Amino acid sequence: MSTPLPFYQTGTFAVGGRLLDEDDRAVQSDPERSNAITKGHRACQGCGEALGARVVLDAALRAADGRLVAANATGCLEVFSTPYPESSWRLPWIHSLFANAPAVATGVAAALRAKGRTDIRVVGQGGDGGTVDIGFACLSGMFERGDDVLYVCYDNQGYMNTGVQRSGATPPAARTATTEPLGGHSGNSFGQGKSAPLIAMAHEIPYVATATVADLRDLEQKVTRAMSFHGPRYIHVLVPCPLGWGSATGETILIARLAKESGLFPVFEAVEGRITSVARIRHKVAVEEYLRRQKRFAHLFAGDGRPDVLARLQTLANRNIERYGLLDDADEPTDIGLLDALATSERGPV
Amino acid sequence: MRKQLEGSQAVAQAVARCRPEVVCAYPITPQTHIVEALSRLALSGELERCEVVNVESEFAAMSVAIGASATGARAYTATASQGLLFMAEVLFNASGLGLPIVMTCANRAVGSPINIWNDHSDSMAMRDCGWIQLYASDNQEAVDLHIQAFRIAEALSTPVMVCMDGFVLTHAFEPLDVPSQEQVDGFLPGYEPRQVLDPDDPMTIGAMVGPEAFTEVRYLAHAKQIEALDFIPQVAEEFRERFGRASGGLLDSYRSEGAETVVVALGSVLGTLAEVVDELRDQGVAVGAVALKAFRPFPLEELRGVLGGAQRVIVLERALAVGIGGIVSSDVRTALAGLSVEAHTVIAGLGGRAITRRSLHALLAQALAGQLPELHFLDLRTDVIERELERTRDGGRPGPHAESILRDLRIVASGPV
Repeated sequence: MSTPLPFYQTGTFAVGGRLLDEDDRAVQSDPERSNAITKGHRACQGCGEALGARVVLDAALRAADGRLVAANATGCLEVFSTPYPESSWRLPWIHSLFANAPAVATGVAAALRAKGRTDIRVVGQGGDGGTVDIGFACLSGMFERGDDVLYVCYDNQGYMNTGVQRSGATPPAARTATTEPLGGHSGNSFGQGKSAPLIAMAHEIPYVATATVADLRDLEQKVTRAMSFHGPRYIHVLVPCPLGWGSATGETILIARLAKESGLFPVFEAVEGRITSVARIRHKVAVEEYLRRQKRFAHLFAGDGRPDVLARLQTLANRNIERYGLLDDADEPTDIGLLDALATSERGPV
Repeated sequence: MRKQLEGSQAVAQAVARCRPEVVCAYPITPQTHIVEALSRLALSGELERCEVVNVESEFAAMSVAIGASATGARAYTATASQGLLFMAEVLFNASGLGLPIVMTCANRAVGSPINIWNDHSDSMAMRDCGWIQLYASDNQEAVDLHIQAFRIAEALSTPVMVCMDGFVLTHAFEPLDVPSQEQVDGFLPGYEPRQVLDPDDPMTIGAMVGPEAFTEVRYLAHAKQIEALDFIPQVAEEFRERFGRASGGLLDSYRSEGAETVVVALGSVLGTLAEVVDELRDQGVAVGAVALKAFRPFPLEELRGVLGGAQRVIVLERALAVGIGGIVSSDVRTALAGLSVEAHTVIAGLGGRAITRRSLHALLAQALAGQLPELHFLDLRTDVIERELERTRDGGRPGPHAESILRDLRIVASGPV
């Protein structure tokens, strides 16, 4: 499992990791790391999901002492990593269907429990379509039963594997193949979509977190923290998709960072249904800074542009900033309950 | 030892003695008594080392079974009707992955109109999903088939569906023998998975396969079922030697030697059918019956062997292939290809309509008189059909068929819509 590889990452916290105490160092800075996904997979250049999955699984493998089983939903991650007879995975891996990864993971966990195998941990994974749309019933069932599974959603905000169609996680105003800016429409509708992390919190499961591939150290720490709990845990990772978003392949990290710094993608963690910490905005940017770099929002800037739509998107970001306390001058973010968060939402409490 | 038991309770006890490690199910009538009983056995500690997972849907039930089976656990679930169809996608997946899951299908009609009673529309709709399908003629056979099913599934690494008629069997009480734990342990070895999710030997299960290998992988699923044509009778024979009674196998012939007319059927109707055969044989009429015990794999050669000498074969089907008629009879006709045997499809017992001795006598009389059409619907109320068709011919908005027909039969008292 642990073939030492040359250390090649630069420009990340992994480099700084060498100056830290061994316990604080990044998993990716460890030449003995698991390398859950090996070279030779077929992801696009700049794929956020490939990066996210590697960081998540290596961290989970370290936390589980290498004793980990993964159940994966159909999607890009599956397709680019397991073209028969090759597989890029160096951990036991099962892919069943699009909608059932949480239930397959439950089955693995149930089998291990029946066999008294407490040494092996289970992770379920899917994209945003497999998680927030078609697989949502299985996910909710896994949560409410308290099954011992860490589920990770790699959110690239659309059905990228089938050619970039809208999902329940596609942001307002985004152009997808099914939300073209035609006939006066400015891309995906406002007022739709759902927050899977908030819904996960409503199940009062032990641990929920969001993260992006811009802060891999934060992602590793959240996976490590999640693995310190038993029961259902949920991590929602924003993974930019250069193909679907129309972004430069070299800007995946930058765009993920701008999503967080603009306030459009709040990064937080919650324990037992209450938010316990948020990642503050370090350099606040207007939403335009994030949107301009992606062709899926190009229609907002063409010709005279759509200042009205940009203003609505900025309002969404501002609402997140207020709701989650994302700026330094905000109130202490700790102990924000789900109902408090919903009370400030656009739709109000349900 | 025989005890007065409900079919579902007996099946649950038999499954428990097969020592399942994961039981995952979603409630649907008429399967509920089986999983309720298994749940009680696990909670009370009588069934040890078994996780019962109360899932949120049948889709999840089969998905949990896949995860459990791929982790090396013996997995069991039960469903019926809409539930079986709701897990359709996962059924194909389980067989494609070659996971030896055992499932009871408490056969029930598929809506619309919604109907909780027995027919075979559910399992017949799933005939090509790659699962072995075994049909029980009575509750003792249902008990025995479950024990055999785990043997067959695990030896061939392919899933097995045990079909038993909803209500007619699941809810019927009769004296039944549930083999003891020692007997079952002696017949069914521990599960040795062919593939397992193991951190010590990591493998990828469920890889994406393109045109270069897809046919070969699918062929192997077929090859396993062809292998099962030999293996199922072996298991049934070993079961007979060990337990002292005949259960299972590919098919069962009832007084069909020298019969000019043979009725082919599946499931619990065999009891009634055998009585009718006895009565007609007493009158000197050369009739017989054949019970299909295995529908997938389909025993083409064996069936040709028992039917080849008949003049006329009537396939009694508890399901309807809308637009063509028979399902089982298509396969029976394949078995009879090239022989000069007259074949008839009779659709009977849909949505729980009783198949009575009287109806069967009338059917056989019609057949013996040479007046049975190629496709016939047993006990079809043609007057009701005619009146409903008349109403729809009037134009306008006659409303849903189900409501109109119930009103026509004065089963509901509501006035015109």
